[in-house]
Amino acid sequence: MRKRLTGLLAGIGLSLACSTSVFAQELTIFWAEWDPANYLQELANEYEKETGVKVTVETTPWADFQTKAFTEFNAKGSAYDMVVGDSQWIGAASEAGHYVDLTEFFNKHKLNETMAPATVKYYAEYPSNSGKYWSVPAEGDAVGWSYRKDWFEDPKEMEAFKAKYGYDLAPPKTWKELRDIAEFFHRPDEKRYGIAIYTDNSYDGLVMGVENAIFSYGGELGDYATYKVDGIINSEKNVKALEVYKELYKFTPPGWAKTFFVENNQAITENLAAMSMNYFAFFPALVNEASNPNAKVTGFFANPAGPDGDQYAALGGQGISIVSYSENQEEAFKFLEWFVKDETQKKWADLGGYTCNKSVLESAEFQNATPYNKAFYDTMFKVKDFWATPEYAELLIQMNQRIYPYITGDQGTAKEALDNLAADWNATFKKYNRVQN
Amino acid sequence: MATAVLTTLDPKSRAASRGMSDLAIRNLFIIPTILFLIIFNIFPLLYSLGYSFTDFRASGTGQTNFVGLQNYRTLLNDPFIWNNFAITAKYVIVSVVGQVLVGFGTAMLLNRSIPFKGLLTTLLLLPMMLSMAVVGLFWKLLYDPSFGIINYALGLGTFEWLSNPSMALYAVAITDIWMWSPFVMLLSLAGLSAVPKHLYEAAAIDRAGPFYTFFRITLPLVAPILMIAIIFRTMEAFKTFDLAYVLTSQPTTELISIRLYKMAFQEWQTGLSCAFAYIVLIMVLAITNIYVKYLNKVKER
Repeated sequence: MRKRLTGLLAGIGLSLACSTSVFAQELTIFWAEWDPANYLQELANEYEKETGVKVTVETTPWADFQTKAFTEFNAKGSAYDMVVGDSQWIGAASEAGHYVDLTEFFNKHKLNETMAPATVKYYAEYPSNSGKYWSVPAEGDAVGWSYRKDWFEDPKEMEAFKAKYGYDLAPPKTWKELRDIAEFFHRPDEKRYGIAIYTDNSYDGLVMGVENAIFSYGGELGDYATYKVDGIINSEKNVKALEVYKELYKFTPPGWAKTFFVENNQAITENLAAMSMNYFAFFPALVNEASNPNAKVTGFFANPAGPDGDQYAALGGQGISIVSYSENQEEAFKFLEWFVKDETQKKWADLGGYTCNKSVLESAEFQNATPYNKAFYDTMFKVKDFWATPEYAELLIQMNQRIYPYITGDQGTAKEALDNLAADWNATFKKYNRVQN
Repeated sequence: MATAVLTTLDPKSRAASRGMSDLAIRNLFIIPTILFLIIFNIFPLLYSLGYSFTDFRASGTGQTNFVGLQNYRTLLNDPFIWNNFAITAKYVIVSVVGQVLVGFGTAMLLNRSIPFKGLLTTLLLLPMMLSMAVVGLFWKLLYDPSFGIINYALGLGTFEWLSNPSMALYAVAITDIWMWSPFVMLLSLAGLSAVPKHLYEAAAIDRAGPFYTFFRITLPLVAPILMIAIIFRTMEAFKTFDLAYVLTSQPTTELISIRLYKMAFQEWQTGLSCAFAYIVLIMVLAITNIYVKYLNKVKER
């Protein structure tokens, strides 16, 4: 009996020992489950052909992505060699030592010059303006809009619109026009609705939707260098922006209270809405007739300008970082070296990835490749992002708690919501001893 | 009783024929269980109690400080947390009362000789065999205001079950009632079939009305087993996470477990969330104790 037990234990021990010994020729990249991850896998297959190193892109649904990644980091697990992490993670992951410092790599390859400035600022650098880099910009992304060309170009609609609003019906250039068009097409009795916006408060969906309004109205979330938020997050401009977002909510399809990228693409494919907010990363599905029966009549435009002409969009997208606990850091560096080459970046763009490489973005070939690439190029040079401090998750939840009831539940006023949010954020920054001048 | 089990190993049993003593059997089965309990239950329980007095963050490398009762103070002063408790209380009451009414009612209907009774009972038990997350996903489709079958069947047009802040919690509770009424039904059915038939006969001879029979015979005799069903369902409803998480993200449906999850695994405030978990644990223990007291009283009758 005892002998058998010992044998069994030895067997278990041996198999455990074997499974943890890692073959250096394999790399694992962790990302969320979406099309760009499949494109990255295809790109990685090319790398395997060239070098013999097998690279696997492991994915998990967006809703779990943050939790799963940080659970692995906190346990100092070596399951992932690299992670294509969200831009706002960078503070938390770098301060806690989860990411390898890439400053040297960054400077050696002059990524500062070859990548679009906004992507370097938000995906790679932390703290702001410190010259320290933690990731290589990989998937550039920002919010854009899709719209129904057939609805917009219908002569009857154009005539009726002009009669009602006094100007021509065309893709909106300002948030005011966006609001008018949403109101114009909102016809619940015809089961047609004005607009699809982000409202999901379980991660950063709603907040990024609202950011599009805030940034274009000339507002900011706070001073990212000094952590000052009073008079910034609850500024007059932000109050107006939040009010207009709430007004847009009135023109959404019924039940539009927990919606993110999936629902917003459905708004176009299912003939629900005239216009829909979404990340550029989800637009390939809209020009594909297999996934969008309205592909031929779907158009795109960049996030419109606010009342003072400011025009910004909420940043999405991610950079690739090397995980500190990886046992294959050397191989990972080799992969990144290959990844940042101009020809790889071009291949990445051809496969459907949104490269952050300036020269590829600026090429006519890229800009004419799809109906939305031009809008993407325009947008990528005017993007802003959420806080990237280590406590961003608390800030995000607080923002959801304050603005969600106002927008979807009609509770309180925009001013109250933002004043309360400023108080919450102040308390949080105080708790973590962030400087506030 | 326990010693009787331990000392009487059947001499003809296979274990005995292999020369295993009672003691060996005890060691083989009980010690691993106890070890398991200690390692995976008791130890983390005590460890997290320690964490609840610190500002520990599992995500950080910063120093962990002892903060005394500060976490408990923070939580109990947070209006959002109180709101989470109020929501949970409302949810538990609506959902458990609903399950008892529907479950016990169905059991009463089934407690007679009808054709295909076995088949019917089995079919009625199906909902509780499904996974919570799956139930959540398909009820989300059923509730959909544009194409959901519920609005279609009830002729409600585009009634917004899940995005209407005041309706969303009831929508979650209805789903929970649908899923777990069969559980109450099953236990009630067991209780009902144990009520001696001669009591009903005696009541019939005395010309007792149906209400009198129900409140004086049926209910008191089924009460103990019904109480057990209620205890189980209350504890489960208190802990509900997946169903509400999948169905909707309205602040009016943010149950304590959802808030706890966000605090622990999105914000990584490990110390604070340990304190929160302890507050919840104490509440569940208190409520269960009240129930158990009542159960004992019912049994004595």
